[in-house]
Amino acid sequence: MFSVLRSNRDGRKRARLFSGTGGSFIRLVFSLIITLFGLLLVTFLIGRVLPIDPVLAAVGDRAPQAVYDRVREEMGLNLPLWQQFYIYVSNILQGDFGRSVLTSRPVLDDIKRVFPATLELATVATIIGVALGIPMGVFAAVHKGKWPDHLVRIFGLVGYSMPIFWLGLMGLMIFYMKLGWVAGPGRLDAFYVDFIEPTTGLMLIDTLIEGDMDLFWNAVSHIILPASILAYFSLAYIARMTRSFMLEQLGQEYILTARVKGISETRIIWRHALGNVMVPLVTVIALSYANLLEGSVLTEIIFSWPGLGQYITNSLLKADMNAVLGGTIVVGAVFIGVNLLSDVLYRLLDPRARR
Amino acid sequence: MTQTTSRLFKPGLRPWLTSDTPQSRFQARCGRAWMGWLKLAENRLAMVGLGIVLSLVLVTLLAPVLAPYDPLAADLTKRIQSPNAQHWFGTDQLGRDILSRVIYGAQYTLMVVALVVITAAPVGLLVGTIAGFFGGWVDSVLMRITDIFLAFPKLILALAFVAALGPGLENAILAIALTAWPPYARIARAETLTVRKSDYIYAARLQGVSNTGLILGHITPMCLSSLVVRVTLDMAGMILIAAGLGFLGLGAQPPMPEWGAMVSEGRQFLLEQWWVSTVPGIAIFIVSLGFNLLGDGLRDVLDPRGGD
Repeated sequence: MFSVLRSNRDGRKRARLFSGTGGSFIRLVFSLIITLFGLLLVTFLIGRVLPIDPVLAAVGDRAPQAVYDRVREEMGLNLPLWQQFYIYVSNILQGDFGRSVLTSRPVLDDIKRVFPATLELATVATIIGVALGIPMGVFAAVHKGKWPDHLVRIFGLVGYSMPIFWLGLMGLMIFYMKLGWVAGPGRLDAFYVDFIEPTTGLMLIDTLIEGDMDLFWNAVSHIILPASILAYFSLAYIARMTRSFMLEQLGQEYILTARVKGISETRIIWRHALGNVMVPLVTVIALSYANLLEGSVLTEIIFSWPGLGQYITNSLLKADMNAVLGGTIVVGAVFIGVNLLSDVLYRLLDPRARR
Repeated sequence: MTQTTSRLFKPGLRPWLTSDTPQSRFQARCGRAWMGWLKLAENRLAMVGLGIVLSLVLVTLLAPVLAPYDPLAADLTKRIQSPNAQHWFGTDQLGRDILSRVIYGAQYTLMVVALVVITAAPVGLLVGTIAGFFGGWVDSVLMRITDIFLAFPKLILALAFVAALGPGLENAILAIALTAWPPYARIARAETLTVRKSDYIYAARLQGVSNTGLILGHITPMCLSSLVVRVTLDMAGMILIAAGLGFLGLGAQPPMPEWGAMVSEGRQFLLEQWWVSTVPGIAIFIVSLGFNLLGDGLRDVLDPRGGD
């Protein structure tokens, strides 16, 4: 009974994707496989069972019946559903996501091309979120119930309530159009785009590899606004969690002991308490990192950022289902992967979790 | 009638509510609700949130009275006017009054939230209580399914559903509902696990209550308070996703005055005619802030474990 309560309380604070957190490694792997399988099943069902006729989409509605039947057979749609699913899964496991109607390239190649842009945006946003969110959370916890605490709380609630696409538009209007402090949409000025050879696909690193500081600063001025807007959301979340973890630690007896010993308050807060908070925070940060992939869809649209979110949305508007489902699978898989990673990290970092 | 009622209740209502020895179950429940309300009323931010949510409901109901113009009536001679005495928030590219459109847009927002909650919350509640109550393989299967849905980021899954179903407000609502239920199932299951071995459940079972009766009559009520908190907090997220889908052109279709779609329509005039996008965006923000504030306050009252 008690263990149920405890795991329940734990679960409120941690990634809850894998319910077998108390279980063994094998259980974790099993859980991972089931979840990945489910991911494929859901995307398969979305693509095949829901009422859009893929044959009609391919041949158009004026094709003669013979052509329709032939294409239907070529697409394997006359097979039983379980067999179609089998083919679908084996194709995807071999890295074959089908061809995009829009770009007429294999979907996987498209995704490889656009993914680094999203990764770069989400990474910079997470760095900003961590760098600001943790101090804000600590600050709020130390001044619990006073105005700094309320300020951080309201700041966070505003972040949770802001439509990101609107915030992006307002940011563009103010900082790009009116003030001219940052560069506009895209990853580089149009003038520079052809200068850069995509080595890693991460613009900030590629420009450094080339050693061209003008290009590097140009890339920075392009990424800073979308990343900051994206960061607001992870910042709010990280600050809130830091605050609640810190409050838990500051109520512990070892803090009292440290105070009695005459250790300075700064050291108690930043070394003793925060040191113990870092482990659960890793999970929070990983989770918010994965969530940024989601937030990036709308941000990428606003900032014409050539990443995965924009790819999925553009394909969606053209009813290019292979691309949409491929993108969905990749995002889902990354999401699962990050969750798993945070779970493993938690076990590695916290000796108590290993028992 | 009114006189007797007032004489009976007015002086005695407060002691009746705060009585330590309630005479009936109804009185006890009212007393509990009263105490909860007092605690919620102390929280100023929660009251602001409640005010916003109630205003949303009022605006929705009174839209035809409040709106000064027809939200769909285009008048190209008045296109893109800046805010003025006739049009407080200006007009859009077709000369439609933005204030009226924002007022009517409240209807869509409230409708999305209501329909998603009505569909997703009972499903999550049922899945969670059944999984927690029966345990064993039922639990494993149901929770695996829940995990699979949790493995997708919500917006991405909603996008994929809309892609398959086709754009439109109904499909957007369906897509959001399909992504919203898993957390509720999780919460309901956790609450069920804590009560299913309680003495009162055994007592009810001994009295011959069936499994269905136990789940619906004795376990579900225990899950409700946590669920209400979570649902209220989620409403803000639902509004944002619905607005996001509308912004992408996948939710409500023009000329419907849906807020997300209105922000999108104003994009092209952003530099010179900022109000076209700004006003509906502020509306989305205020409403979702209202739900967040209210949910935050409710959590402190109903779910002490979740608070800090």
